Amino acid sequence: MSLISAQDITVRFGRTDILTGVTLAVERGEIVTVVGPNGSGKSTLLRALLGIQPVAHGHVTRDPALRIGYVPQRLHIDRTMPITARRFLSLPKRCTDAQAGEVLTRCGVAEVETRQLSDLSGGQLQRVLLARALLNRPEILVLDEPTQGLDQQGEAAFYQLIADVRRDSGAAVLLVSHDLHVVMAASDRVICLNGHVCCEGAPDVVRDAPEYRALFGFGTQGALALYRHDHDHNHGPGAAHEHGPGCGHSHDHDYGDQKEPHSHVR
Amino acid sequence: MITITAIRKNHTLMFDDFLVRAALAGVGVAVATGPLGAFVVWRRMAYFGDATSHAAILGVALALALSLPIGLGTMFVALAMALTVSALAAKGWAVDTTLGVLAHSALAFGLVAISFVPGARLDMSGLLFGDILAVSTRDIAFVWAGAATIAALLFWRWQALLTATLSEDLAQASGLDPNRERLVLTIALAITVAVALKIIGALLISAMLIIPAATARSLSRSPEAMALLAVLIGAGSVLGGLHLSLSFDTPAGPSIIALAAVAFTASVGASRFKRH
Repeated sequence: MSLISAQDITVRFGRTDILTGVTLAVERGEIVTVVGPNGSGKSTLLRALLGIQPVAHGHVTRDPALRIGYVPQRLHIDRTMPITARRFLSLPKRCTDAQAGEVLTRCGVAEVETRQLSDLSGGQLQRVLLARALLNRPEILVLDEPTQGLDQQGEAAFYQLIADVRRDSGAAVLLVSHDLHVVMAASDRVICLNGHVCCEGAPDVVRDAPEYRALFGFGTQGALALYRHDHDHNHGPGAAHEHGPGCGHSHDHDYGDQKEPHSHVR
Repeated sequence: MITITAIRKNHTLMFDDFLVRAALAGVGVAVATGPLGAFVVWRRMAYFGDATSHAAILGVALALALSLPIGLGTMFVALAMALTVSALAAKGWAVDTTLGVLAHSALAFGLVAISFVPGARLDMSGLLFGDILAVSTRDIAFVWAGAATIAALLFWRWQALLTATLSEDLAQASGLDPNRERLVLTIALAITVAVALKIIGALLISAMLIIPAATARSLSRSPEAMALLAVLIGAGSVLGGLHLSLSFDTPAGPSIIALAAVAFTASVGASRFKRH
């Protein structure tokens, strides 16, 4: 049985249909990426799947006992509530100090444990949110543009971490992203959304689909070119441009194997 | 407690009695308003407290007209108002404006309605500012029963309430129902208003909710510390305010709030000082 599925759902805000006739299922252990332009209903789709957003039509099926790790697109932390990152990890289910320390270290923010949530930077908060989502052995991670506020290196590490979590725990991942060239390759399945499902399939299939090209138009040519450049030429480090010794900037090759379209068949 | 001992030395037994009763009732109110006030601050529900407590005056009029216990009438109308406000907010009404309209019209209608009840005119200032120096043993029992109910309710739902307050979306994804948690707070607010009306009055209930919690904010690093500190600050303001009222013959309710406000200013100053 699928972990979460939507059957022909329509979501309406006032008189506007944000989503129409969307059918989608996430299976155990797979990475599904939802891509689409702004206003295409990506976040709304996630919220509908989680039961946050009521649907006007259709059904969402989800085991009530399903352990979900959710990272929202942004979390506004009101300064009026004093709360440390450690205390936040214990909401709503309390975790031990050992668990909290481990998960924060894994997400690269061990040092923020005793800091106030409202004092964290956007990137730190995003990692703390991921840390909280990883607690309680989630069966599915639902991530809404999770790399916002992260620098390139952080972003690469973030996707690597998610791939590791999937490999180690078998958790499924449902991801919304606009980082097309990075994300698509790590996914088992890509769903191209624009109020409805335009096209869907393995990353390279979607990449070549006319619907996808029509939707993203010229704006994506660059991203696609980059994507092809990365994979079709398969050059070694430093082949395309000069690096000084010790040049520390994040480079696509650092996580190149993860970006291969078929790397999921491990 | 020093103040009470000092008072004991200087005054007659009768004085002693009503002051102890006033202190007990006031501290009971602080126990209820401390943690609930923290949620009012976190969720930015200040006007919500106003609307609910102002509506309580309408409840008094209703209870007097129908010869029902005052506590029952205020609880009923406060709950009705709180649920209305909650429902309007959920429907996406402009919360600030709606609450402003509701809060002040509830006050106006309540006072007009009271004036129709024979013999109730005299009590106007008691309704607005409370009459903490005239509480009976029964009032104390009522206050503490209410405070105990609220403390138990908040303790029981604490983790879920905090999660839903931080983010309703995160709460929902964790399998919680944010609407249910909001209802818990709404009911707690109605109970608080019902038990606190006689003690500190419709106009000052919001102050007792907001000021001690806001004072505790700058001195706390965890939500739990803030809630407990709000109780202590509220209780301290009650005891100190009663002392002030006795020493300078000032109205008791306003003296309590004035002292809490001074404590708030001091706490802001202290946290500024600490930061630099």
